[in-house]
Amino acid sequence: MVKSTGLKRRDFISANDAVAYGVKLCRPEVIAAYPITPQTTVVEKLSEFIENKEMACEYLNVESEHSVMSAVMGASLMGCRTFTATSSQGLLYMCEMLHYVSGSRFPIVMMNANRTVAAPWNIFGDHRDSLAMRDSGWMQVYVENGQEALDTIIQAYKLAENPKVLTPVMVCLDGFVLTHTYELVDIPDQSAVDAFLPPFVTENKLDLAKPKSLCITAPPEWQTEFRYQQYEAMKEAKKLIPGIDKEFAAHFGRSHGGLIEEYRCEDAEYVLMAMGSVVGTSRLVVDKLREEGLKVGLVKVRFYRPFPKEELASIGSKVKAVGVIDRDISFGYEGALYADVKAALYNSQGTCPRTINFIAGLSGRDITKENLEMMYRKLIKAAQGQAEEEIQFVGLRWEQW
Amino acid sequence: MPKPQITSFAFPSRKEGMPLGPSAVAGVLVEANAGWRTFRPVINGEKCTRCQRCWLLCPDGVIERGEPYFQIDYNFCKGCGLCAYECPVKAITMVKEGDSNG
Ligand code: SF4
Ligand code: SF4
Repeated sequence: MVKSTGLKRRDFISANDAVAYGVKLCRPEVIAAYPITPQTTVVEKLSEFIENKEMACEYLNVESEHSVMSAVMGASLMGCRTFTATSSQGLLYMCEMLHYVSGSRFPIVMMNANRTVAAPWNIFGDHRDSLAMRDSGWMQVYVENGQEALDTIIQAYKLAENPKVLTPVMVCLDGFVLTHTYELVDIPDQSAVDAFLPPFVTENKLDLAKPKSLCITAPPEWQTEFRYQQYEAMKEAKKLIPGIDKEFAAHFGRSHGGLIEEYRCEDAEYVLMAMGSVVGTSRLVVDKLREEGLKVGLVKVRFYRPFPKEELASIGSKVKAVGVIDRDISFGYEGALYADVKAALYNSQGTCPRTINFIAGLSGRDITKENLEMMYRKLIKAAQGQAEEEIQFVGLRWEQW
Repeated sequence: MPKPQITSFAFPSRKEGMPLGPSAVAGVLVEANAGWRTFRPVINGEKCTRCQRCWLLCPDGVIERGEPYFQIDYNFCKGCGLCAYECPVKAITMVKEGDSNG
């Protein structure tokens, strides 16, 4: 017997459950599922909704993540709104199909529970899985808490399905720290979501009345033009994202900032930039240091693709030092987010503030308030001219940090 | 449905002419495809009983039913010989490409 999952206005739920509620409210017609920790409870919850007849949706149990993405792609090709979720090794396994989906312009929304990739094998969170998919042609958005997860799922469909965009979206949640952590989450009314998100209508589907081939083979004479279309679609998405957040705020009374969200940056001189759950902890540290009179600020990089280059450059032009927290490392170079932020800062003007890359929170290691405070203090010292390593692994066990 | 004729295809001269995503309208043939044929099937209209067996079995669907007799579209026939093998009255012969009696 499956327990009832009746809607309440406000519920104490995990971020995975919040994602499931968000998906349910968007009325997908096809969901394909394959389990992987720490994503599994999302598709479990959705299967409960369907079993309880709270949701009318085709639910496909398939044999692998590669098949999951193939199945939702087939459904999208028929014009259906679709959903799936994965994590880590599963995301890597579906990598091939991610490119098929984005290249064919199917606006699939997927949740990724951020978890490190083997080896060494580990089920806990960092961003090395999704960042490895940077160039798959998917948009990537990183959320800070369960409420933002639910709301971002709704925004993601609105964005992906815009006829000028038609690009899939990966909604990324930090494994366990978000996926399995309970918090109070507002669950919108179905009527409010219906008013915000109209049914999916697309020309890019199989239709007996207008026969065509989709997901075609394209020779060298055509590839560049199709890639240019994808490039333009992402640019269009970048223009639309802040407006979608504003429209969402008008409907639901909550905003998450569009491409980025600034926290106490107005007069800030030392700014940390980060993605995902660490932003929540960092807010507390900013408040504490502000009480000491230190001009610190925080930027949540919400969208990683499309990348908020101009927004970050504009903040960079006003501050003395920028620290970037990467829950990943691109071996042989630096943190993936850091490399992009630094390029944005340099491109906009000849000068660049001092920058430090903090590699932290790998494989689920906590990023503590003390760690974050130390990052700010290092930024301040660097801005005062003190020598600081550019790339710093936070809290190495044999180092005093 | 009759097979479409070969039509020429022009790349869009402006980006607005591009399809929405990589797709192509169905039922458009832009070039002949028979380059690897060594033997061509030739139907003897006198012998042919219009049984339609070759029309049904041709893997490329390039045999057209019609009068005075069935026609083969040599722009797409691959010369596999299946039609000649299957014709119950041996009305189809495979003739070496370049030989004149076809
Ligand atoms: S030779 Fe093969 S391809 Fe050509 S008409 Fe006969 S069956 Fe069709
Ligand atoms: S199989 Fe032979 S007899 Fe039958 S239609 Fe074809 S050519 Fe004519």
